[in-house]
Amino acid sequence: MLKYTIKRIFLFIPTVLIISFVIFFIIQLPEGDFVSSYVARMQAEGEVFTAQDVADLRTQYGIDQPWLVQYFNWMEKIITKGDFGYSFAYARPVWSVIMDRLVLTIIVSLTILIFTYLVSIPIGLYSALHQYSVGDYFFTALGFLGMATPNFLLAIILMYVSFKWTGDPLLGLFSTEMLQEGVHLYNFGEFLQRMIIPTIVIGTAGTAGIIRTVRGQMLDEQTKQYTLTARAKGLPEYVIVYKYCLRAVLNPVASGLAKALSNIFSGSTISAIVMNLSIQGPVLYAALKSQDMYLAGTILLVQAVLVVIGTLLSDLALAWLDPRIRFDRKG
Amino acid sequence: MSLFKKKEKSEESYYLASQWTLIRKKLMAHKLAVTSMIVLGILYTTALFANFLAPYGLEDFSSDYKNATPTAIHWMKEGAFVGPHVYKMSYTMNKETFKREWEEDTSVMYPLKFFVKRKPYRLFGIIPSDVHLFGTEAIGDEEPPRILLFGGDNLGNDLFSRVLIGSQISLTIPFVGTLISFVLGVFLGGISGYFGGMVDNVIQRVIEVLSALPTIPLWMALSAAIPPDIPVAQMYLMITMIISLISWTGLARVVRGQFYALKNEDYIVAARIAGVSNMKIILKHMVPGFMSYLIVNLTLGIPNMIIGETSMSFLGLGMRSPATSWGVLLKETQDINSVAQYPWRLIPLIAVIVTVLAFNFLGDGMRDAADPYK
Repeated sequence: MLKYTIKRIFLFIPTVLIISFVIFFIIQLPEGDFVSSYVARMQAEGEVFTAQDVADLRTQYGIDQPWLVQYFNWMEKIITKGDFGYSFAYARPVWSVIMDRLVLTIIVSLTILIFTYLVSIPIGLYSALHQYSVGDYFFTALGFLGMATPNFLLAIILMYVSFKWTGDPLLGLFSTEMLQEGVHLYNFGEFLQRMIIPTIVIGTAGTAGIIRTVRGQMLDEQTKQYTLTARAKGLPEYVIVYKYCLRAVLNPVASGLAKALSNIFSGSTISAIVMNLSIQGPVLYAALKSQDMYLAGTILLVQAVLVVIGTLLSDLALAWLDPRIRFDRKG
Repeated sequence: MSLFKKKEKSEESYYLASQWTLIRKKLMAHKLAVTSMIVLGILYTTALFANFLAPYGLEDFSSDYKNATPTAIHWMKEGAFVGPHVYKMSYTMNKETFKREWEEDTSVMYPLKFFVKRKPYRLFGIIPSDVHLFGTEAIGDEEPPRILLFGGDNLGNDLFSRVLIGSQISLTIPFVGTLISFVLGVFLGGISGYFGGMVDNVIQRVIEVLSALPTIPLWMALSAAIPPDIPVAQMYLMITMIISLISWTGLARVVRGQFYALKNEDYIVAARIAGVSNMKIILKHMVPGFMSYLIVNLTLGIPNMIIGETSMSFLGLGMRSPATSWGVLLKETQDINSVAQYPWRLIPLIAVIVTVLAFNFLGDGMRDAADPYK
């Protein structure tokens, strides 16, 4: 187990390096750069730029060099100084821009993650243990609907419903009052209220997916030899289900951890844009759009690192949950 | 006696039936899957004849019907049945909300007619025609009122027609895309799983890197490479390529896993020892072994592609006007205020949900049927 963990950690570094390279390549792929989009925007507002001004701006931002050089400079600074570069659009170091929204992003994402697991695993188990009951049909239908509706469109529907009912589409996480005075105990209730739609919207697809996996997996386990043996031995049903079957059922759920972890950082971009949530996703989208390359690059890099760490963690969780995997790797 | 014989006969036909016959039988017994198949059949048929079924073409719009409410079809007049007809709609601007308020002018009745001639189009892109399934006809010289079943958009287009014509793109992109990613996935997953070693390692790392990247930057980068004013057909092809380039990795993993599982089976080893060529082993002995799983995987992959295309177009990265797809139509719902004022703009969403659900149910039924010996 230890040897395996160490090997995986060593494989981690080259993977991240390759990913960072690909990310940088993709970001610079669209034509133009930050200066050209900036100049175009300014010219639309009536500013005048000479070719010299534009060239000066490029030199100032260091984007007059070929992208490979830019990439190596960027990487060098990250590795030696922990400096992730400078965001052109925010005129601040990238890291401070990211930090701005990190806390809120983590709160929102963790809430959604916990909601997803808390709701989906019990429902999945219920559906499997009461197969073909009314409840099973209800949740299966709901799960399918949840998967079939694109998240961001679900957001629009819910906002529309909320608008029709209460006259307020509940756009964003903070009311204007909260923005001015900050979140305190007395308006925390309203903040929670504003969390409802984002949680449902972003959590639904994941919930639907996990319900289906848990249900299918539990049904499979029910007919296996070991379950039959346990039942023949006269073990109480709850021991069979919760002590033995549940381990096998949680196996695929644990593999999903990798994606979940990266989503905490900057998942559900489109929904967040639609719902006007001030979390990381929309920042990434805006940065990509305006070619604020170091900001976009850093967000993507952190996210990729989280995916790799998540994969590692979920593999370790799998080994812990399922002894067969552990012994397989020894042999 | 005869009952016994009958049973024997049915058992015999079960043992004699090929794998595919059994799969088909089992699939046909899955009611939800059959229903979904029928729904999909209807959807694809309407997409095929969309130009004929839609009362108006894409260039056939009138600014008089900007954001018009869905046209009401009446059957009775003054208590007597007169058949389906519509009335001319006119609007007045509400000075406070700047909303158009629509009113029917019930003095002149315009009956609904079948096979109405309007602007010419080409059926299947080849056969020229100007007949539409239904519509209204002019009485006298006046332009007849338009019939907008799903209301109008902000240019005065008929949303119903646009949903129908948009289905041509929204329903076929996933198909073509799946085909491309099928070829890529089977080919790359196949060599990865069959040969193993170095090749496997390289392909696996590529897949890992590709799937570690979130889709949105990939979409943005790739769709920025599409020139802004290329013909619709070319744009269609490129969007399809983008979607399938991103989604082949999942399939490649499945294929690789299957190859891994099968390659040390006795019958494969036997074939190898007997000197059968690699290509023949793969195509003749291995692929049929997991073909049914592949088809299930493909069917379940299609809904993701539909949602992918919808999301891309929704963000303005996919199909662009003048092309119409469901995603392009839903782009108008981006703003909650416009949805609140013109809720019928959400109608294309129903089309998306129905299609995605149907593919999911069909895929589910196929998954149950894929292993008919169980």
